[in-house]
Amino acid sequence: MIEKTPILDIFTYIFLMVGILIVGFPIIYSLIAATLPLEDVSKVPMPLIPGDQFMVNMKEAWTRGNLGNQIFNSFIMATGITVGKITISMIGAFSIVYFDYRLRVLAFASVFCTLMLPVEVRILPTYEMAANLLGPLQGLWDVLHLNGLVSWFAGHDIEVSLNWSLLDSYTGLTLPLIASATCTFLFRQFFLTVPEELCEAAKMDGASPMTFFRKILFPLSKTNIAALIVIEFVYGYNQYLWPLLITTNPDMTTAVIGLQDLIPQADDLPEWNVALGAAMMVMLPPVLVVLSMQRWFVKGLIEKEK
Amino acid sequence: MIKRSTFKSGYLPYLLILPQILITLTFFYWPALQGLSQSFFLSDPFGRSSKFVWFYNYIELFTDPLYLKSIVTTITFSIAVATVSITLGLFIATMANRALRATALVRTLLIWPYAVAPAISGILWLFLLHPSYGIVALTINNWFGTEWNPVLYGKDAMIMITMASSWKQISYNFVFFMAGLQAIPKSLIEAAAIDGASPFKRFWAITFPLLTPTFFFLSVMNIIYSFFETFGVIHTVTQGGPGGSTNILVYKVYQDGFVGLNLGSSAAQSVVLMSLIILITFLQFRYVEKKVQYTG
Repeated sequence: MIEKTPILDIFTYIFLMVGILIVGFPIIYSLIAATLPLEDVSKVPMPLIPGDQFMVNMKEAWTRGNLGNQIFNSFIMATGITVGKITISMIGAFSIVYFDYRLRVLAFASVFCTLMLPVEVRILPTYEMAANLLGPLQGLWDVLHLNGLVSWFAGHDIEVSLNWSLLDSYTGLTLPLIASATCTFLFRQFFLTVPEELCEAAKMDGASPMTFFRKILFPLSKTNIAALIVIEFVYGYNQYLWPLLITTNPDMTTAVIGLQDLIPQADDLPEWNVALGAAMMVMLPPVLVVLSMQRWFVKGLIEKEK
Repeated sequence: MIKRSTFKSGYLPYLLILPQILITLTFFYWPALQGLSQSFFLSDPFGRSSKFVWFYNYIELFTDPLYLKSIVTTITFSIAVATVSITLGLFIATMANRALRATALVRTLLIWPYAVAPAISGILWLFLLHPSYGIVALTINNWFGTEWNPVLYGKDAMIMITMASSWKQISYNFVFFMAGLQAIPKSLIEAAAIDGASPFKRFWAITFPLLTPTFFFLSVMNIIYSFFETFGVIHTVTQGGPGGSTNILVYKVYQDGFVGLNLGSSAAQSVVLMSLIILITFLQFRYVEKKVQYTG
């Protein structure tokens, strides 16, 4: 500190504590609510002393919301998105930075254009695409009147319909979300800072491109990968609109969406203790990931947005 | 840009970029084109027939009072979210930067709401602002003598989704302001202090101007966040109601397309949103170039 400002310092700490309280309040309050029996949680105002019903409420929430299954789905989705995104963007960036080929600029530009275009702005056509991955081929098929041709060949009427649906599947939950320009950029920027000499030395030693990637580039990228794991896991776990569209089977729903069913509606019993208990359990995995990997998280967040 | 020393291989680079290109083509370019073409067609809800109608869908859209209302709602909402979360984020970051002790602990305590899904944040605030049980709702009623009810009043519903959406963004903004504050050279602050500038004067004359790049960047990010990612908040908390008062653009695309099955209109709305975000991205890139000069 430059000068002594005792009064200002006291205020700094007071404001800081107020700030932390404001940020923490919704969670603390909900945690307390999750420990109370029904008759306490619907009292006005709700008592601020934690009750002893925490385990009971949690158990109720777990079974009623089918949370075990849904959190598992969320995990698969988050992991799939994280691994998929990092893998394809890392090898993609490797291709763009370390090879000179004719379509390089075109490849780079076509990925570049998808930057910051979230799934939210093209939901309907993307949904149609996922509902039938072979839709464009079917269109081609119909345009060329191949049905007639096939029927003519076979000598009787054959209706060929190409159909490969991703609805209600883990592939459908993850695949459309793993194309990411931002991750590719992050790796590209990082690869550009890797000293030229490393690649020259590797080439001189007769290493193949993939050996260079495996033995040198990958180990160097470890912190970047760790940072992206945190960001992308949270991103994948917290997805809302896409899983809402693509899953209709309750067994395939993700946890964040499943919570909707536990919110007490106007005519229900006001079982907020159960709903909030479920909310606490569902938000726990990403919160734990962020807190336990805080250093990489902050790094990743800032690097990614550069 | 490319490395000076590159590998030579016939098919390998194509193979490496292929997965990314395939997924981009399948789930980005094809749907985007599809959306663009759909926006010029009028089709019946079952997709049996469609008619090319030029800009009919767009004209319909921009003469529809509900759509115009949704634009105003979205702008109000995003400005409110950006203002609340940036102000609080900056305030807390400044305080945390001044504090000498326990900065790591403070960071830990402030960072985790980032990991909470917008929809869950919505549930927490739905409880806090519940007209009959919510403690914050009761406090508001006591202080202002009003009858708080987000189920009935559009303004209350708007405040509710703003609070739920801003709360989560505070930690995001906090992280960036913290990084921005720590990048400011101590010598600048010290020089100003020797010249007799008070801490407040130093903040407004030195710290704040140096934070403007962060500030602009966060404004853009928060606006994009409130345009799109808040879908979860709206869907769990208000479903666009009451009376369409919280029906932001992205929620309207969903409602008209998936619930109402008005494909042409929904596609036209998607195209409008797409153009909008392309514009924002463009502005963002113009600004990124400036940022380099600032921090040097």
